Amino acid sequence: MAIDLANATFRGYRRENGRVGVRNHVIVLPVDDLSNAACEAVANNIKGAMAIPHPYGRLQFGADLDLHFRTLIGTGANPNVAAVVVIGIEEGWTGRVVDGIAATGKPVAGYGIEMHGDHETIMRASRSAREFVQAASETVREEAPVAELWVSTKCGESDTTSGCGSNPTVGNAFDKLYPTGATLLFGETTEITGGEHLVAERCRTPEVRARFMHMFDRYQEVVERHKTSDLSESQPTKGNIAGGLTTIEEKALGNIQKIGRKCMVDGVLDKAETPDGTGLWFMDSSSAAAEMVTLCAAAGFTVHFFPTGQGNIIGNPILPNIKLCANPRTVRTMGEHVDVDVSGLLRREMTPDEAGDALLEMMIRTANGRLTAAEALGHREFVLTRLYESA
Amino acid sequence: MIDFVVHDEDDSVGVVVVEGVEAGAELTGWIMDQDREIAFRAAGDIPIGHKLAIKPMKTGDTVIKYGVDIGRTVADIAVGEHAHVHNIKTKRW
Repeated sequence: MAIDLANATFRGYRRENGRVGVRNHVIVLPVDDLSNAACEAVANNIKGAMAIPHPYGRLQFGADLDLHFRTLIGTGANPNVAAVVVIGIEEGWTGRVVDGIAATGKPVAGYGIEMHGDHETIMRASRSAREFVQAASETVREEAPVAELWVSTKCGESDTTSGCGSNPTVGNAFDKLYPTGATLLFGETTEITGGEHLVAERCRTPEVRARFMHMFDRYQEVVERHKTSDLSESQPTKGNIAGGLTTIEEKALGNIQKIGRKCMVDGVLDKAETPDGTGLWFMDSSSAAAEMVTLCAAAGFTVHFFPTGQGNIIGNPILPNIKLCANPRTVRTMGEHVDVDVSGLLRREMTPDEAGDALLEMMIRTANGRLTAAEALGHREFVLTRLYESA
Repeated sequence: MIDFVVHDEDDSVGVVVVEGVEAGAELTGWIMDQDREIAFRAAGDIPIGHKLAIKPMKTGDTVIKYGVDIGRTVADIAVGEHAHVHNIKTKRW
């Protein structure tokens, strides 16, 4: 039965800034690579706290450093996060991340390791983490309209079944979410190569179109500057080619099935930027799964649609990834990774509308608290995008 | 029983959606945009997810899928043949 999305609700966590989250994580966030060990120790001490280690944060500069801060602050600010403990090697940049997250009104505490050492830092940070976890455990889910979900999408290990099955299913769901006033996101800039004219046609205004083409051309210049071949085996990937995808154009046309047939592109974001309105947004981003999903989480999105063909197994620490797949072989051999099986589409046993509704139903169940396959399997890939070398 | 799908009737290729397609197999295809069926004989073994040609193509022709240009042929491709990286290349990059 079709879902009445205009009147549908989910039960989520209303945050201090008014946004609604679907998870209630207390995270321990390192500013830099050096602080991973202390963060992991705190998460080990305090049950229910989750460390999010990563390899960067030292000697970055310019736009690359701005992106680093934007991603860390956005991750902490995401409504799926109840509270944050930030640890950095020194207090200056640690404070910058703390202040950025605190602007949302969320509980956050920061600790610099210098002048204290790991032992004392872990002890002090563990006290904060314990208080945050206990407070978060008393937060109660409340009812909110589906339009308050922010839904992002990115596909991975795509094959030809993605373009005719799982990606159009996301498109069907996006076409249904769009009129409710939901906030939607897609990206994967190089993976639009060959279909950029189709995305440009869908841009709401000439200004949006110009900004989209600027982002598209900027990424093409990166490819042209660094390429040593036609990128075959990188884009499309070895897995894409094994799955039957031949060229970047073919992959791109399958990719953009995810934005449906009706929604318009209302705005364009740089990496990890947060939308300032509802509708469908394009975010300039890498097409590498974990990088892109990390940017979606940092932009404030709370549920993610991840269609796959050959079986990408990615998850994210704070953003639930709902996997859908139309390849019957992948569903058979890797079923534990698949939340929504839409392989019936290719046998004409399921209509596009039924597939879209199955995904939307799983979206609401996931928003209400059902763990995704990737969450249950412990996938927490957190990968920061780098723009260039450190200083 | 659908063995392969085609996005649009003007496309030059379809996608095999069942496992174990072998040379000589009679295949039923579904053209999704126009919602009608077609039939072809596989000219070679074609893995699930891989493409077969549904129109004959000469070297240098443009390959059409989703009704859009997806690259160029680098070899002649007969109807029912496996169409992939050995006979199709990108026009970009």
